[in-house]
Amino acid sequence: MANEPAVRHAKEREPLVTISRRKNMPFWTRMCIRVGAGLVALILCGVITILVTGDNPFSIYYTMFLGAFGTADDIWFTFQNVVMLLGVAVALTPAFRMKFWNTGGEGQVLIGALATAMCMLSLGGKLSEGSLIAVTLVASLLSGALWGFIPALFKAQFKTNETLFTLMMNYVAIYLIKFFIELTDQSGSHTVGPSLLSHGWLPSLFGKPYLLNILVIGVLTVFMYVYLNYSKHGYEISVVGESENTARYIGINVKKVIIRTMILSGAICGLVGFLLVAGTSHSIDENIAEGRGFTAIMVSWLAKFDPLVMVVTSLLIVFMQRGADKISTNFDINSSFADILTGIIIFFIIGCEFFINYELHFRKKSAKEVQ
Amino acid sequence: MSQNAPLALELRHVTKVFGNIVANDDVEMDLRRGEVLAILGENGSGKTTLMNMISGIYHPDSGEIFIGGEHVTIASPKDAFHHGIGMVHQHFKLVDLFTATENIVLGIKKEKFNIKKSAEKVAAIAERYGFVLDPNKKIYEMSVSEKQTVEIIKVLYRGADILILDEPTAVLTPQETEKLFNVIRRMRDDGKSIMIITHKLHEVMAISDRVAVLRKGKHIATVETASTTVNELTEMMVGQRVSLNIKREKLENTEDRLTVSNLNLVSYEGVKILDDVSFTAKSGEILGIAGVAGSGQRELLEIIAGLQSPTDGEIRYLDPQTRQNVDLRSKTPMQIRDLGVRLSFVPEDRLGMGLVGNMDIIDNMMLRSYRKGKTVFVDRQPPKALADKIIDSLQVVTPSAKTAVRKLSGGNVQKVLVGREIAAAPTVLMAAYPVRGLDINSSYMIYNLLNEQKENGVAVIFVGEDLDVLLELCDRILVVCAGRVTGILDGRTAKKEEVGLLMTKAKGGDDHGE
Repeated sequence: MANEPAVRHAKEREPLVTISRRKNMPFWTRMCIRVGAGLVALILCGVITILVTGDNPFSIYYTMFLGAFGTADDIWFTFQNVVMLLGVAVALTPAFRMKFWNTGGEGQVLIGALATAMCMLSLGGKLSEGSLIAVTLVASLLSGALWGFIPALFKAQFKTNETLFTLMMNYVAIYLIKFFIELTDQSGSHTVGPSLLSHGWLPSLFGKPYLLNILVIGVLTVFMYVYLNYSKHGYEISVVGESENTARYIGINVKKVIIRTMILSGAICGLVGFLLVAGTSHSIDENIAEGRGFTAIMVSWLAKFDPLVMVVTSLLIVFMQRGADKISTNFDINSSFADILTGIIIFFIIGCEFFINYELHFRKKSAKEVQ
Repeated sequence: MSQNAPLALELRHVTKVFGNIVANDDVEMDLRRGEVLAILGENGSGKTTLMNMISGIYHPDSGEIFIGGEHVTIASPKDAFHHGIGMVHQHFKLVDLFTATENIVLGIKKEKFNIKKSAEKVAAIAERYGFVLDPNKKIYEMSVSEKQTVEIIKVLYRGADILILDEPTAVLTPQETEKLFNVIRRMRDDGKSIMIITHKLHEVMAISDRVAVLRKGKHIATVETASTTVNELTEMMVGQRVSLNIKREKLENTEDRLTVSNLNLVSYEGVKILDDVSFTAKSGEILGIAGVAGSGQRELLEIIAGLQSPTDGEIRYLDPQTRQNVDLRSKTPMQIRDLGVRLSFVPEDRLGMGLVGNMDIIDNMMLRSYRKGKTVFVDRQPPKALADKIIDSLQVVTPSAKTAVRKLSGGNVQKVLVGREIAAAPTVLMAAYPVRGLDINSSYMIYNLLNEQKENGVAVIFVGEDLDVLLELCDRILVVCAGRVTGILDGRTAKKEEVGLLMTKAKGGDDHGE
């Protein structure tokens, strides 16, 4: 270094901050950073609340909590929302592990819901309830699988961009539902409700309307965890996601894995659509998925693609959505304000991952003395 | 060319060190106005580092660069442009969706943006030097040779007087090469100075006025092309033979294990990657493959391993147990394994192909064996036992078997990979550059492992770059140049110069200057 001309230092001055990747951080330090980020987010939310509305932030937080867990009904409803979101997240995860960015969860849920509604409408009363449910279930799985299969086939054969492709498939599903509603709904309410979809309802266990959904998704989550981590298919998915060259080298049929995995991903989304229509709402419109196809992407990423951790991340997100709804009604504030608070909290939770993965080095004073 | 032409570029005592590797050691070189200077050297002789210093990508640790007699500091590619130096890289840096002209003017700030005028200027440059180029054609519609033309015009458009061409003929057909050489001659006659990096000696003889030879980072000599011969250049390039004391047993009762006949591979662009390759690998023998990097070695191994399909040709395998002759051509790696062929392959790209960097050692062991067992679940017990065994026997330095392999050092990564491939009890073992980047001790460990396999009756195919190693380790050496087999030599009697000569002997063996 001593022989280098001085000119170079002027040109390549050390930047103010350099970023480097951290090697290993103990588990507890990581958890502390995450909890700390949550606390900072809550404090910032409190400050903003006082500045903007003048309300006591603690009563706002308490109301958020009540919104999600206030009554037994609230708790059931919160968990219904958690499992539906979790179901989509679990469905997207195998594709994400394969680095296939499936942004079409929404459409895959919707098409499953549409298939369910069509079966309930056209076959209702013609089959026994049991066989109607079975036929409906199969139809929803197949339609979801088809919505996953189409972009996968194009990706495998022609290397199309799966993000755009799956995204556009969402709109196809939305407009198919609109078309279906136009055809069947005579009332002009833009939904097809329980009066028309009067057959093929899933039974409610022990009189609890959401219990069956919770059990199904619970089993599915455990299944997905085992599938991804302990099955041969799951191993192939990881290899293809990490390095297609390695997959070719050991003789994995990459195209087959892409298509197979997307069929699975789409089919589970279709199942969520089935549970939404046949299990709870018994009606259909194009908003039935409530954007879960997109929220689930965040749930899956936050959990680093681990299905068990997704239970926590989906609970977190649903808790904040439900709490935010509650404060906007209780405090009579514009509902956007609740979104702002949710946004701040999520920003901090995601942002703290940066500090877990990377280290910042500030420029030392000595660097300046050289000039 | 005039012997006394003024100097365009001078390098004085230029040294560049990476870690403890000296890439360029006290290099003295000069380039005259209006001449073509060929830079000749083996892989790793420091050619690219030197060119990168001239074009501003690296900065010399010590030494000076003069342009037109003036001492300059080239701190960035922009500085290099400012001094009239333009580099044409081997891998083109062009925007596919833009036209030739758009790519050429991209990033020029000095002149007003007028695409029509620029296109006229591009056409004028093309006309002047005899390039064939449509300025309005988009890059994605172009052949490789046209893309190269765009790259060359790009540096001429910016007023470069010194052009550096990094292996420009590697991607061209012989006809295209001839056209390029005509253009280069016209540029030289116009007063431009051209440095051309090439491995093909007959091209050096055909195009250059002088040749500068580099070996192991040192500048050996610069000679007038007219007064040298191919043999003299080869000797300067490969140097004296160095003894390494690698053990080499001569095994009796070897038999033909793998026979490759008339293998051809033509790329999408119509370039012949493999040209009528035939050879036999025998059991109990190490067959070395020598050649300049990119002469088709990678494709050859990938075709045998079933990762690519050849255009035509045959690959046959003699099963030592069943005595059956098995056709391996265009089989997938899985089909090859299902045929009972125990073929192991240590690819050049260790973390990108042989292993998965983000997975731990156990899961990487499982790559070869995960399909075993009838259940849908993977069994991690055998790979764990194998991982522990390899860590123990090959002294892999790692915190545990559960450490991601990308966190290991290069030598340890290679031990994991080679260990796994050998554990499959192969009958054919192919290894591409298995000691690249490894320290001496790890290198010798790999040589010993290969020798052990050979003594067990495995047919070993070793693609190497260090001629001294090839000459001491291998029983036979297959030399390739530009996809063709230019010779198969006995490793015990072959001379280093002989191998060097065959490595640089392209099409038809037309040795100019002899």
